[in-house]
Amino acid sequence: MIPFEYLRAGDPAEAVAAVAERPGAVFLGGGTNLVDHMKLGVAEPDMLVDVSRLPLDRVEETATGLRVGAAVRNSDLAAHPLVRERCPMLARALLSGASGQLRNAATTAGNLLQRTRCPYFQDVTTPCNKREPGSGCSAIGGYTRYHAILGASEQCVAVHPSDMAVAMVALDAVVIVLGPGGERALPLADLYRLPGDTPQRDTVLEHGELVTAVELPDLPFARRSAYRKVRDRTSYSFALVSVAAALDLDGGTVRDVRLALGGVAHKPWRAVLAEEELRGKPATEDAFRRAADAELAAARPLPGNEFKVPMARNTIVATLRDLTEEGR
Amino acid sequence: MDARITLRVDGRDRSLTVDTRTTLLDALRDHLSVTSPKKGCDHGQCGACTVLLDGRRVVSCLTFAVAHDGADVTTAEGLAEGGEPHPVQRAFLEQDGFQCGFCTPGQICSAVGMLEEVKAGHPSHVTDDLTGPVTLDDEEIRERLSGNLCRCGAYVNIVAALREEADS
Repeated sequence: MIPFEYLRAGDPAEAVAAVAERPGAVFLGGGTNLVDHMKLGVAEPDMLVDVSRLPLDRVEETATGLRVGAAVRNSDLAAHPLVRERCPMLARALLSGASGQLRNAATTAGNLLQRTRCPYFQDVTTPCNKREPGSGCSAIGGYTRYHAILGASEQCVAVHPSDMAVAMVALDAVVIVLGPGGERALPLADLYRLPGDTPQRDTVLEHGELVTAVELPDLPFARRSAYRKVRDRTSYSFALVSVAAALDLDGGTVRDVRLALGGVAHKPWRAVLAEEELRGKPATEDAFRRAADAELAAARPLPGNEFKVPMARNTIVATLRDLTEEGR
Repeated sequence: MDARITLRVDGRDRSLTVDTRTTLLDALRDHLSVTSPKKGCDHGQCGACTVLLDGRRVVSCLTFAVAHDGADVTTAEGLAEGGEPHPVQRAFLEQDGFQCGFCTPGQICSAVGMLEEVKAGHPSHVTDDLTGPVTLDDEEIRERLSGNLCRCGAYVNIVAALREEADS
């Protein structure tokens, strides 16, 4: 690990200024991903600007929904009464991620901005276009069990590992970003990038831009929502496939639906095509299956992860079926 | 680059100078000779280095000491009071909740933190009703302690120790 300076920022503007003026500086939240990557030699910042103690640690009710401070810890967000009551899929997603110790340390913004990654990205002895642009992708033709089936490129097939972000994308979350030039708001779904020819960039954020909050617009029907995660171990394991879903039923008809997938792409994947297919349709397994197929028609699995396509289809159907039965 | 920090470790104020690259785990073990937190994987996956940081369980290997100037750290060594083992430590002894013992200090700190989370009403991944009360059954104990590995496989007795503690 190369030597680095440490600065505990006093306020968000100071943090932004400190990182913006120094190319090798990065923000430090809970550190559960960054510190690991520094140990592995994957990240080599020469300055850490600690934003974990900024006064951004509240969940507040606003006129339009909930505002989650960037430094709210994952465990506190999952346990927050309004999150549990209004968006169970978000509480469930958080609780399915990592371990109790990591959730106590990891922050909201840090969870969103953990690296999209794969085992080769974390192994500096192997080529990886994300870590070292132009060096090649070791996963293509290699071990692909955890890799993307949607939206990947020939440069990179890694997936974003967050559970929380999948539920937030389904909830139409908006991230508030403070940069050297001021504040901006952007839909969380637009924060992330697909790998294309520049897999080294996970998000659209510029150097020095700091996520200060996540806004969750009120979605009354999210009170009936779920997060279903399929993984190799019962606990403390990344998703092979996960589904966040909220269902609004009018009798036996789908009035509205929110659906997002994890473990399948370089970013949390909002299943817009499936949602469009489902609106106005009967809440039946056949309809759920057709919706899943609409989304997964574009799937391009790799040799070794073909199983993810039927797994994603079945997980979508099972999640929507459970929500339908819950509503009866 | 060096930094001067103060930590309250197991009830004692300790001042030390650390390279900014020093993890909290290495500061405890190598600078302060507090060796109950163990270095297993050193990547946050095994839980052997778990301590209570300002009362909450965290892995001390994935955080830099410099980021915790002024913090209160409790390790398994600091849980005993008046020469008596902590009730969780006693339960591990009574139920034989270990074999080699390497993971035990981390298991115990994690368990103490976990019991506080349960007391605060926090649900887990396996809790049926997100807004209802939590019953700490075996499934809940296993889920909530999944961040602590025991390569001897003493899980059955670890669960028994915590069930005993939960029932008391």
